[in-house]
Amino acid sequence: MTRYSAWSILKNALKGNRDWTPAWRKPEPKSSYDVIIIGGGGHGLSTAFYLASVHGITNVAVIEKGYLGSGNIGRNTTIVRSNYRLTPNSQFYEKSMELWRELSHNLNYNVMFSPRGVLNLAHTPGQMDTYAERGNQMRLMGVKSELLDRDQVAKLNPGLDVSGSARFPIEGGLLQPDAGNARHDAVAWGYARAADQLGVDILENTEVTGFLKEGGRIVGVETNRGEIRAAKTGVAVAGSTGRVMKLAGVDKLPIESTVLQAFVSESIKPIIPTVTTFGAGHLYVSQSDKGGLVFGGNIDYYNSYAQRGNLPVWEEVTSELVAMFPNFARLRLLRSWGGIMDMSMDGSPIITTGPLDGMYLNAGWCYGGFKATPASGWCFAHTIANDKPHALNKDFTLDRFKEGRMIDETGRGPTPWYH
Amino acid sequence: MSGFRLNLREGLGRAVDHDSKINFTFDGKNYSGRVGDTLASALMANGVSIVARSFKYHRPRGIFSAGSEEPNALVTVHSGARTEPNIRATELELYEGLEAKSQNRWPSVNFDVMAVNQLPGKAFSAGFYYKTFMGPSRPGHKATQFWWFCEQLIRRAAGLGKGASQADPDKYGRMNAFCDVLVVGAGAAGISAAERAASAGAKVILCDESAVAGGALLSSSELLDGALAHDWVADRLAELAENENVTVLTRTTVQSMFDDNTYLAIERLADHVKTPGKHQVRQRAWNIRCKSAVIATGAIERPIVFAGNDRPGVMLADSARRYVVEYGVSPGRAVCVFTNNDTGWLAARDMAKYGVIVEAIVDVRKDVPDAIRAAGEESRAEIFLGAAITATSGLQTLSGAQISEFSETTGEVGRKLKKIGCDCIAVSGGWSPAFHLTSQQGEKPVWDAELQAFLPGEATSSWHVAGAMAGKFGLRHAFRSGEEAAVKALAEAGLGEGESDVPRIEGDEIDYAPAPVFEINTGGKAFVDLQHDVTAEDVRLAHREGLVSVEHLKRYTTLGMATDQGKTSNMSGLAIMAEARGKPIPDVGTTRFRPPYTPTALGAIAGDAYGHLASERLTPMHDWHVAEGANMYANGPWLRPESYNRSGESVEQAYIREAATVRKGVGLVDVSTLGKIDVQGPDAAEFLNRIYSNGFAKLPVGKARYGLMLREDGMLFDDGTTWRLDENRYLMTTTTAGAGQVMEHLEYHRDVVWPDLKVALASVSDEWAGVAVAGPKSRNVLKACVNDCDVSNEGLPFMGVRQATIAGIPVWIARLSFSGEMAYEVYCGAGWGQALWDALMKAGKRFQIVPYGLEALSTLRIEKGHVAGPELNGRTTPLDLGLGGMVSSKKNFVGATLLKRDAFHEESRLQLVAIKSIDGQRIRGGSHLVKGNKDQPGQTEGNTTSTCFSPELNCYISLALLEGGNARHGEKMFATNPVRNMHVAVEVVSPHMVDPDGGRMHG
Amino acid sequence: MKRVAAPHLGTIKMRLTCPFCGERDHQEFTYRGDASATRPPMDNGSIEDHNTYVFDRTNPDGEHRELWNHTSGCRMHMVVTRNTTTHKISNCEPVGPWTKALGGKS
Repeated sequence: MTRYSAWSILKNALKGNRDWTPAWRKPEPKSSYDVIIIGGGGHGLSTAFYLASVHGITNVAVIEKGYLGSGNIGRNTTIVRSNYRLTPNSQFYEKSMELWRELSHNLNYNVMFSPRGVLNLAHTPGQMDTYAERGNQMRLMGVKSELLDRDQVAKLNPGLDVSGSARFPIEGGLLQPDAGNARHDAVAWGYARAADQLGVDILENTEVTGFLKEGGRIVGVETNRGEIRAAKTGVAVAGSTGRVMKLAGVDKLPIESTVLQAFVSESIKPIIPTVTTFGAGHLYVSQSDKGGLVFGGNIDYYNSYAQRGNLPVWEEVTSELVAMFPNFARLRLLRSWGGIMDMSMDGSPIITTGPLDGMYLNAGWCYGGFKATPASGWCFAHTIANDKPHALNKDFTLDRFKEGRMIDETGRGPTPWYH
Repeated sequence: MSGFRLNLREGLGRAVDHDSKINFTFDGKNYSGRVGDTLASALMANGVSIVARSFKYHRPRGIFSAGSEEPNALVTVHSGARTEPNIRATELELYEGLEAKSQNRWPSVNFDVMAVNQLPGKAFSAGFYYKTFMGPSRPGHKATQFWWFCEQLIRRAAGLGKGASQADPDKYGRMNAFCDVLVVGAGAAGISAAERAASAGAKVILCDESAVAGGALLSSSELLDGALAHDWVADRLAELAENENVTVLTRTTVQSMFDDNTYLAIERLADHVKTPGKHQVRQRAWNIRCKSAVIATGAIERPIVFAGNDRPGVMLADSARRYVVEYGVSPGRAVCVFTNNDTGWLAARDMAKYGVIVEAIVDVRKDVPDAIRAAGEESRAEIFLGAAITATSGLQTLSGAQISEFSETTGEVGRKLKKIGCDCIAVSGGWSPAFHLTSQQGEKPVWDAELQAFLPGEATSSWHVAGAMAGKFGLRHAFRSGEEAAVKALAEAGLGEGESDVPRIEGDEIDYAPAPVFEINTGGKAFVDLQHDVTAEDVRLAHREGLVSVEHLKRYTTLGMATDQGKTSNMSGLAIMAEARGKPIPDVGTTRFRPPYTPTALGAIAGDAYGHLASERLTPMHDWHVAEGANMYANGPWLRPESYNRSGESVEQAYIREAATVRKGVGLVDVSTLGKIDVQGPDAAEFLNRIYSNGFAKLPVGKARYGLMLREDGMLFDDGTTWRLDENRYLMTTTTAGAGQVMEHLEYHRDVVWPDLKVALASVSDEWAGVAVAGPKSRNVLKACVNDCDVSNEGLPFMGVRQATIAGIPVWIARLSFSGEMAYEVYCGAGWGQALWDALMKAGKRFQIVPYGLEALSTLRIEKGHVAGPELNGRTTPLDLGLGGMVSSKKNFVGATLLKRDAFHEESRLQLVAIKSIDGQRIRGGSHLVKGNKDQPGQTEGNTTSTCFSPELNCYISLALLEGGNARHGEKMFATNPVRNMHVAVEVVSPHMVDPDGGRMHG
Repeated sequence: MKRVAAPHLGTIKMRLTCPFCGERDHQEFTYRGDASATRPPMDNGSIEDHNTYVFDRTNPDGEHRELWNHTSGCRMHMVVTRNTTTHKISNCEPVGPWTKALGGKS
């Protein structure tokens, strides 16, 4: 396996690029593994990588129904941040930030983590206070944050309408200066390649059709390529959680699946330096290295497993974007698409042992799964290896809803279509 | 390529007015063209060959097509606030004074320094960025910093045109349209579908993306009913336009298909003129809901991939033909046609007919039908069968082509046959049906081995395909399939079959099936995606590295991700990958097309919302507040007065003055924004008793009660007073922000949970204006203006509700206090709001009444310890806020059961307290409560929720949520606010800081 | 209960047929979640039953019975049977005290 570097690129170029080898193997499934991870997306692959690299568990299979990274890891708006208000979230996402900063180096794959800053706009003095509260929480947790006034915001993002006559005039904003974004596909490919090098089998086009049970314990899965047994089975399938868990007989979960649309404009020269969010609605926008504006807003509220959305969200998202940046009105939408979000009842994730013996669940990421990819895998690997959660994910239980220990950033309660 | 305008002759240049002259500039240089030209045809007529640079290697690019599939000819038009990058010159209609610039080049399009990107050669291939820039090989944040440094340089080099830096001055519109049959595409199939549907009396909308409808008919050589197709189509469209049931929209692209036959189309009303007319919208979004649709979007010609195929001068064959026939422009002095199907031959014949010199026709096929052979001979070109173009030559633009033997069965290249001097290669690799719209809905296309193309799959909802888009090539099939689709659509719309009216067709009947040849692989640099510089070798590299699924191919190489979304390149890329994998094309699959069909202005999608994001809600007294100099600010949809600043006063000075006046004298505040719900019915009392956590069953008529509403999970949801106006009638008030949600909450429980209760609900927030009069002199004010109601303590006790009139205005008066002072809320019909306000101001004049804004309102309730939105944050229970006494243990209510869960009764929960600044320092919003000093604050133990300067206590105070706060009154802590660089010593106190016994409000 | 059939097969997510008002754009409606979750009766104070009602979702891929409210119209609630994979609606029934007005038994 070639180690990637400028040197290896040159050497291969001289040979006409004929010697490059597959980034990961395409092995035949073995009959059993120590651990199976269902879901070859970002979280599943990172779990496999940390099982192998941190816990020395290398006899691992990642089982993916389609092509690797075909779910939300390849469909999101790539934002990486840890600007959370509640302690369980802020400490977990900051762990993720730490891993992001090392990721390209650790994977020997450039995931293009770009610490360009994430700016949340505030439109009233009250909202400034809310952001101050969040920014202060971040500071107390050791996370960088800055509260900007209107002039500072205008300087950072020159296209913003900072006039007093704007429908929702900008008062200021909260900046996480070292947050940013990353190249989503590269994260999947980088984890896959690194996990593969450590001996993990990545089984693409392998669909789980059922679970193997012995005395109530999950002991593996049935797939279209035969039975695969394992002492431990982890489920990290994001928008397919409902479907996969039903195969294991878990019919009800505190999750609803909805579609979230994402949008990208034509490529233009750099026009917006940071990731920026609108405070009087729901909109986030940044510019990719290729030059496209990448943006999104609310979910299409109803339950859906279709990876496409509808027109009202287009209208809502574009009208908010051009209200914020009226100079974007002539820029053009190139493409939009949808991904399935498993919305939990409090907007926070689930990383836990169970709910069945021999099974481990990683789910409920709502909008926020991409930035969590490293920490999610890191914590899930710890949970699987030790049969108990790490301190960082001990609050992300499945039982918390019924116990009354919700981790509810927005305070909207068990109405997932509002989170 | 050195194009030129051909000499005028019959049938040539059908789209342009030969006697006209239009002046325009390209890269600052003056040129002229004709009415009807596109920028591309005009540039071609002026001999401009290099119009753009590619994305990655900055290689010179010429005009490749004649339509919306164009990958190369992207320009920036306008300047200043109207600057518009990445406009396809092939679609841009020429107008007087058009300014266009090439983009993504420096210093000029003919000499671009960034072309150094080509120097690394094969090193700069697919996956380049993933394999490098990982930074120094030691751990730490250095890696991120290294990439961040490189990234900023890369970003500057990437990107196509530059966007405007000022607000777009133009307007956008929206049309909500309904019809029986929507027809997308006004070519032969679309026109026949529209006519057939119209003949059955259907309401029809016919959309076409071009300025002139007609599609392929506009340049067709066939005769229809004895007339040139170009003229026939004009007559038919004129007829259709006269039918009042038919709307023909040109310059209108149907961009996306959504659920339930909803389509988004964008009409370009003013992109063919320099600026929109006064009050004219630039583009209009059509939200079209139809009962059924006919999709007749045609097909897109695709090239054959060969070495050197990106030199300016290489273009699609049918496009080259269209420049000749429609615009009267020859794409070159010497043209060479390279094809794998019959259409290339017809292009050669038609071009030659109008005076273009066709040097050669090169076909990969060994045999062609006699009729085709004859057409080729008509063009007087040298004919090469079983041959291919294997290389091109030229400095920047094309000057010659190498023709070699080629076997279509083995794909092998044989001996060199001839090198031909040419400045244009017109290439045809077959036709790909434009099934983008149906694919957007998730329809998997099906492979047609005969046509070597994917065709749309079976319809899942009410749409029907026709014409080339459905694989029905040729006019005869197009007309027939258009009518057939229309009949199906009519049936779905519940209409009759209508009448058939297919014209008599004279002309070529050819086979559109190409030889299955997508690439001539000679090892040279052969481009698949011309805009993104993806080569055939990049596709094979992706295969070598295991990125073999179509999606991986696309994402790894960026094939098909440019502004053209691979309209002319996806098929070749797929075929090359299939070849590398040794699998048939359909087994490799195809990616799903995503909306929109072509890039769509964001302002156009926002439509009428551009510049009008959300309507403002104003109270009846709004104008008065503004006239009095109030700072108005957006509070959700509402605009509300923050404070009434007198000259020289800051907001803080103003609210302190206002609040102090209320404590000592009297003030009034506009509370019209509060949510108001009329609750009526014999079961209204029972209903409210189930909704509120405190008892409402026994509230007497003429009394109000403060109530708490919980979510079913036990969290506080909203609060407010509800007044019993009559035995079966209540007026509920809610918080301003919560009004909508409370209404939904009540309706849900009434309709879904307890449908047996007889209760009617109506939102009356906008029907009632409300004014709160507060302060020790508030009763005096009322006495001075209310004359038919006893407002004494006996006549109107605390929480009493009475009907009265003020200045002739019928009002309800409730004695409620949010401020903690003696206070009244007076409600009247919204239309009387200003008159009521004026009457109260007048009556209050001798008591020095002042209006107060939101800041003072908030200050007064903070001092009193009354909770509001910031404390009701969706994470607090009544117990957390010291309102446990309002949770009835005698009844079931929404939230009662889950509020009993243990976690809600732990002493460590965040509980409501107040804090006071000890040393006079300001406490600002968003502070956290900590034990440590500024340098080492320690963990957060809580946070402030509502903060102000208290004129009553003469210090900064705040309500706060503190872990175990109930037991911590008297504790000294710090309110830390590092983002505002503040760290204030505070004392934890009871939230009831002013008049804890309530004597003032009860008095 | 009177069943209000969808007017034609194509009635999918963008357009909902309100039993009172007829076919309207779905922007006029508010999604209210899984209709199979029923609140325990007033005499049931069991935490377990309430937890199930509030937090458990079947979240099927396929037919889903769900509540919608015609918020920007008549504010009527209805139970819509919709396929979450194709977005197709197969049935729509009114709920609430007014269903009798449509000839139903409520």
